[in-house]
Amino acid sequence: MTAAPPRVESRVEADARTRARHRRRRRALVVLAGLALLAVGVAASLSVGSRPVPLDEVWRALADPDGSVAGSVVRGQRLPRTLLAIEVGAALGVAGAVMQALTRNPLADPGILGVNAGASLAVVAAVALSGFVGIWFYLWFAFAGAAFAAVAVYLLGTVAGAFATPARLALGGVAVSAAAGSLVQTVILTDQRAFNEFRFWAAGSLEGRRWGILLAVTPFVVVGLLLAAAVAPALNALALGAEAGAALGARPRLTAAGAMAAVTLLCGAATAAAGPIGFVGLGVPLLARALVGPDQRWIGPVTLLYAPVLVLLADVAGRRLVPGAEVQVGIVTAVVGGPVFVAIVRRRRVAT
Amino acid sequence: MSEFVVRLGPLSVRVRRRAVAVVAVLLAVGAAVGAAAILYGEYTSTPAQALDALRGRGDVLAQVFVREVRLPRALAAVVVGAALGASGAIFQAVSGNPLGSPDIIGFTVGAATGAVTTIVLFGGTPAQVAAGALAGGSATAALVYLLARRDGGVAGPRLVLVGVGVGAVLSAVNSLLLVRSSLAAAQTAAVWLAGSLNAMSWATVTVAGGAGVLLCVLATLLSRPLGLLVMGDELAGGLGIRPQGVRAASIGVGVALVSLATAIAGPIAFVALAAPQLAGRLTRSPGPAVAPSMAMGAALVLCCDQVAQRLFAPVQLPVGVVTGSLGGAYMIWLLTREVRQRRR
Repeated sequence: MTAAPPRVESRVEADARTRARHRRRRRALVVLAGLALLAVGVAASLSVGSRPVPLDEVWRALADPDGSVAGSVVRGQRLPRTLLAIEVGAALGVAGAVMQALTRNPLADPGILGVNAGASLAVVAAVALSGFVGIWFYLWFAFAGAAFAAVAVYLLGTVAGAFATPARLALGGVAVSAAAGSLVQTVILTDQRAFNEFRFWAAGSLEGRRWGILLAVTPFVVVGLLLAAAVAPALNALALGAEAGAALGARPRLTAAGAMAAVTLLCGAATAAAGPIGFVGLGVPLLARALVGPDQRWIGPVTLLYAPVLVLLADVAGRRLVPGAEVQVGIVTAVVGGPVFVAIVRRRRVAT
Repeated sequence: MSEFVVRLGPLSVRVRRRAVAVVAVLLAVGAAVGAAAILYGEYTSTPAQALDALRGRGDVLAQVFVREVRLPRALAAVVVGAALGASGAIFQAVSGNPLGSPDIIGFTVGAATGAVTTIVLFGGTPAQVAAGALAGGSATAALVYLLARRDGGVAGPRLVLVGVGVGAVLSAVNSLLLVRSSLAAAQTAAVWLAGSLNAMSWATVTVAGGAGVLLCVLATLLSRPLGLLVMGDELAGGLGIRPQGVRAASIGVGVALVSLATAIAGPIAFVALAAPQLAGRLTRSPGPAVAPSMAMGAALVLCCDQVAQRLFAPVQLPVGVVTGSLGGAYMIWLLTREVRQRRR
């Protein structure tokens, strides 16, 4: 009589142990594969281009600069571009993960905060009104537009001191995006020059980004990543809902404000540096969720690893896809990432 | 009493008073704006002149403007708006997501791919562009539906996620086409992408109107079983509904509605997403408010088209530009007002 219950319990425990071991092994595998892919991506990004540089020469250029042409290409152009690809990927991916956790909506990407639309509007308006073009010019306008839009959405979600519910925040972002997007269309339909600039900027590109751009956006990305890491535990608690999260010790309003600030910094910086690159912020966190489960403390780091991999590999592929010209990285990320994403969604049970 | 029942022989419909009031107000707004659309413009006519013109009498110029230009355009706006509103309501219910719209099944982006390909690669006429849009949109919707199928059915979340993946690829293809094409072709494509109601003919309006009425009736009939799906497939099944059948039928009707609107006017932004949200907020309806969404969509597109024609006259904006900004502003206002009311 008394012997049976302990045996049942131990079988349950053994099951749980097996599952936990599987999960641990799976997570380790995911992280190792990501690191390997990142290494491949960095090597390829330094070596591949219109002037291919063999890997040993890349190494020599980095370790022992001798002033050769290959060395200056690697150090002056490919290295900052590679680092920027990593930074942009990390920023967009983490921002997407934070947004999806905050709004508890798998359709939420950084764009939903109105960041992309705000940046686009600022760039288009600046080109149309002043006639200046060039990446340095876009950088600050895009950043200002992105920040302005995000603050507007946040105020809309929390107007008059009420707490922003996820759905309201998302809808506010959609409304601001739609309004800004319409204004962009008004400008590009009436100003041919602005339209011509805009279609290239809007595709998202890393072409010609050197150390200056990298250094200009790095502080924002670093602060944004730290903020995101700081709010991740509270976001985990809030995934159960504002009341339940508050009961677990999370502070919904403070968390929302911190998360929004992080997303604004990250996306604003990434969009300013490379234009609006889609899909990374939306797809990679969902991919991470499918790979390691719904725990924010794992989704964040896995996203942080895989989003740069996607941007790096897409940038490298874009350099060689079409002879004679580069295909913009924003286009390649979606074309490469989309099918992988659909395949994984189809194969796995996805917790949304 | 906030609800009453209308009986028609064996059929009975439960109607909420607030929904009826909202639809009535929206129809009144639509009628007023429609009347203004027919009377005023570069060539202004009095109501008596307009009535004469509609009957084929009086001033020839008035006949041309009122009967051949303004009336078909106003009717097209109503059809397009109602179709977009209804399809938005359907897709938000099917996906169980307030951000759901025909975009989630990839229709809009697929239609854009079809149209932009026709413009950029083949230099197509407007009719060919519309056909390309329809082909692209339907093919994409079918692809997403098939990819999301599993165990003989489609679940909301998987549909949404597959739609996101496919949509991302196609929108990248669209931007590749725009970057690689000549500036002139890219501009033509941008104009189509904005969505416009310019140059509506009676032939278009008659065919589209017939199809629109039929599809809107179907959508209204589907709204009740769709509302029950929110409770979960098992519970809905217990109430005598076949969840997979209802979902497949709803997706079919929703795609047909958005195809209709896109074929007439191109992808008009934001109406399918905003109309159900706005209607749901006004009626405080718990389920999908298909009929109020239709009325809201029609009123929105009518109003926005007037603004688009008159704001910078004689420069004509595409209506899609205005639906985004005006609809967005309206939604922002509604959201802020709601919060204030809740605090009181």
